[in-house]
Amino acid sequence: MLIPPPPARPEKPLPLELVKITKRFGSFVANNEISLSVPPGTFHALLGENGAGKSTLVKCIMGFHQASEGDILIGGHSRSIKSPYDAYQFGIGMVYQHFTLVPAMTVAENLVLSRPDIPRVIDWKMEMARLRKFMETAPFQVDLLTPASQLAAGEKQKVEILKQLYLDTKFLILDEPTSVLTPVEADEVLGLIRKKVESGLLSVLLITHKFREVFGFCDEITVLRRGQFAGRGLVRDMTADQMAEMMMGGPRESKTVSKSSSNRGKAALNLKDLWADKDSGVPAVEGVSLTVHEGEVVGIAGVSGNGQRELVEVLAGQRTSTSGEVNIHGQPYRATREEAFAHKVFLLPEEPLRNGCVPQMSVAENMALRSFDRAPMTRAKCFINRKAIRQNAVEMISRYSVKTRSPETPIGDLSGGNVQRAVLARELGSGSENILVAANPCFGLDFAAVASIHAKITEARNRGVAVLLVSEDLDELLALSDRLLVISHGKLVYETIPAEADIKTIGHHMAGH
Amino acid sequence: MTSESMGWWGVLLGVSAGAVRGGTPFLLVSLGECLTEKSGKINLGLEGTLLMGAMSAYAFSYKTGSPWIGVIAAGIAGALMGAVHAFLVTRPKVNDIAAGIAMLIFGSGLAFFLGKPYIQPSAPQLSPISLGGWSDTAQIQAALKISPIFFLGAGIAFAMNWFFRSTRAGMHVRAVGDSPAAARALGISVERTRILSIVAGSALAGVGGAHLSLFYPGAWTEAISSGQGLMAVALVIFSRWNPVHCLYASLVFGGAQAVGPALQAVGVSTGYYLWNASPYILTLLVMVATCSPKRTLVGAPGALGASS
Repeated sequence: MLIPPPPARPEKPLPLELVKITKRFGSFVANNEISLSVPPGTFHALLGENGAGKSTLVKCIMGFHQASEGDILIGGHSRSIKSPYDAYQFGIGMVYQHFTLVPAMTVAENLVLSRPDIPRVIDWKMEMARLRKFMETAPFQVDLLTPASQLAAGEKQKVEILKQLYLDTKFLILDEPTSVLTPVEADEVLGLIRKKVESGLLSVLLITHKFREVFGFCDEITVLRRGQFAGRGLVRDMTADQMAEMMMGGPRESKTVSKSSSNRGKAALNLKDLWADKDSGVPAVEGVSLTVHEGEVVGIAGVSGNGQRELVEVLAGQRTSTSGEVNIHGQPYRATREEAFAHKVFLLPEEPLRNGCVPQMSVAENMALRSFDRAPMTRAKCFINRKAIRQNAVEMISRYSVKTRSPETPIGDLSGGNVQRAVLARELGSGSENILVAANPCFGLDFAAVASIHAKITEARNRGVAVLLVSEDLDELLALSDRLLVISHGKLVYETIPAEADIKTIGHHMAGH
Repeated sequence: MTSESMGWWGVLLGVSAGAVRGGTPFLLVSLGECLTEKSGKINLGLEGTLLMGAMSAYAFSYKTGSPWIGVIAAGIAGALMGAVHAFLVTRPKVNDIAAGIAMLIFGSGLAFFLGKPYIQPSAPQLSPISLGGWSDTAQIQAALKISPIFFLGAGIAFAMNWFFRSTRAGMHVRAVGDSPAAARALGISVERTRILSIVAGSALAGVGGAHLSLFYPGAWTEAISSGQGLMAVALVIFSRWNPVHCLYASLVFGGAQAVGPALQAVGVSTGYYLWNASPYILTLLVMVATCSPKRTLVGAPGALGASS
């Protein structure tokens, strides 16, 4: 059959079909004979747990990877996509999980930079006029002259999507685009995209694990599990349980530890008018005051970039506050190693490999970071007892089912979920904590791991531990917290009790209105 | 009129003249470093590149009789040094600081080795552009004899500013230096952009060397650069990675160098050596003033010096 040359750039979305795509990295099979079909003008969801091969598959469509076997059919013809530029020529564009804006550049510069056909010399007058005209028809507005680094996460995500519309993308791939948005913002953004899809101007392939988004906006799903095809179906014919079963290969086991009735004790952790700066010297935490009691989970909700990271860093001792007090059981707390040990303060930081591990050191050594300088891991206050460190690690690895080749493997070689489990083992393994600070403890983990971490946190609370839980996942906060605070622009702006909480109101406060 | 009779005006004139004369190598090297750092890599080896440029310029000017061929040779020598550095630092897991120090030592050594035969002979010099014709005062006339390389550098400073803002290549350099991941997602070749930036930056530093050997001090000796290539790195930070600010900062550093000699000319010789050290003290002060554990620098390329 004669294959016609690709058209200049498609005017309308073309049907896209993957036929038995296999992608191997060495002996590892990331995708095994995956087939998938997205008719023009439909909203398709690609579901799967972490490591199921979703990202690899879409990277094959985008031309970052070349499929080892199989065909990509666009408009019914087999096409080879060798680079993101080829993908662009076929009208395919992608919004990544991580932002691809250049922080130092303005929104306008970022938009223009994304065009593969920008002229050698840029006539800013003309470009700005074009951009303003484009913004008139855009579904959301962002100031063109603001540097990307000063945009909140939600605005950045909007710019990422605007970028694709500006590029006249007809087939849009979205990789978990709502992880940084408030529920209200997520609905707004997906709703506007859905409208474009319904008018036949756009096809969308959405990578997600949020069933709410699947049911709210998608027409059809394809499910992957460990690199294999695990099922497909029309959303209107399916239930969430059926989808979860496809994703996990078995029914969803819910081993939630029920919260014991309130056994709130005395105040444990107390912050008084705490201020801290961002790296750039701009205030990030602006006068936060809060108290966490024993046997209580206090949740902090907020869109990322509103001071949560800096707040946790102050409590972790990674950042000095500019003013204000942190007290634990009435005594000032400066997060030194001695104080943390004396007050039994433990921490589940976000990005644990960066904030809680030494990547080149072994799993065993990382698991001993809290206790290596004390008996029994240190003899005579001076000599490290490597045997005790190893023994401790062997026990923790099996108790927390950390997948590692050996306790001596550098922790940086482990997958994200396993690093998280190793840190969890170190922080919660001793079972002696009084205060636990957790920041996005479940970010990027699969159902089973999330359930087990939630169970551990609830268990700790029931034992009388004071827990401060900072999270971007509102469902997690509503499930675990006894009290919920909302942070916006570095200030606590709202407090509620999850039982009485209204998601809309919370979202409203998160957005800073 | 003599220097003495001009008094403190003489000092000011001396410092101003020195700012332009002594600031020119700072200007070219800092512009080169600015371009390199904007792409996210550091080149500490520009001191060696400067020396290679000075040596090549002198040698080619001597051999061909044309100082401008010397300037071109200096640029090419710089580009070659840059190519070596670029090749090294774009290998995985190569630290650009370590590679830069190696290139510094290698460049200086190579320049001394190849330059041995040219220490004695005198090569044709670049002719100055005189702007002092309106004045009868010899000092003013002398002070306004300005190196053509300075005008070249000043032009490049403004052109580079425009390049970063309004050209595709310039935007690519900024994107690569600020967020290589974003640049890759946009289909920009991080490696290629960095190699070209480093090579072009080193060529500028080489041309800066031509000013040293063919204008001021105007001879080829081994002590000709005295650390100016290294100070230029500090100067880029001082300038917040803005090429036009590099121009102003170079003038400040060049002026600081001239304070000692200018004071001596009016008879103040106390602390002569201390005054001569003022550029180095200025470098330290700049580093101290701009470093803080609590915040990152505004304008610093996001991926500067990070291994990727």
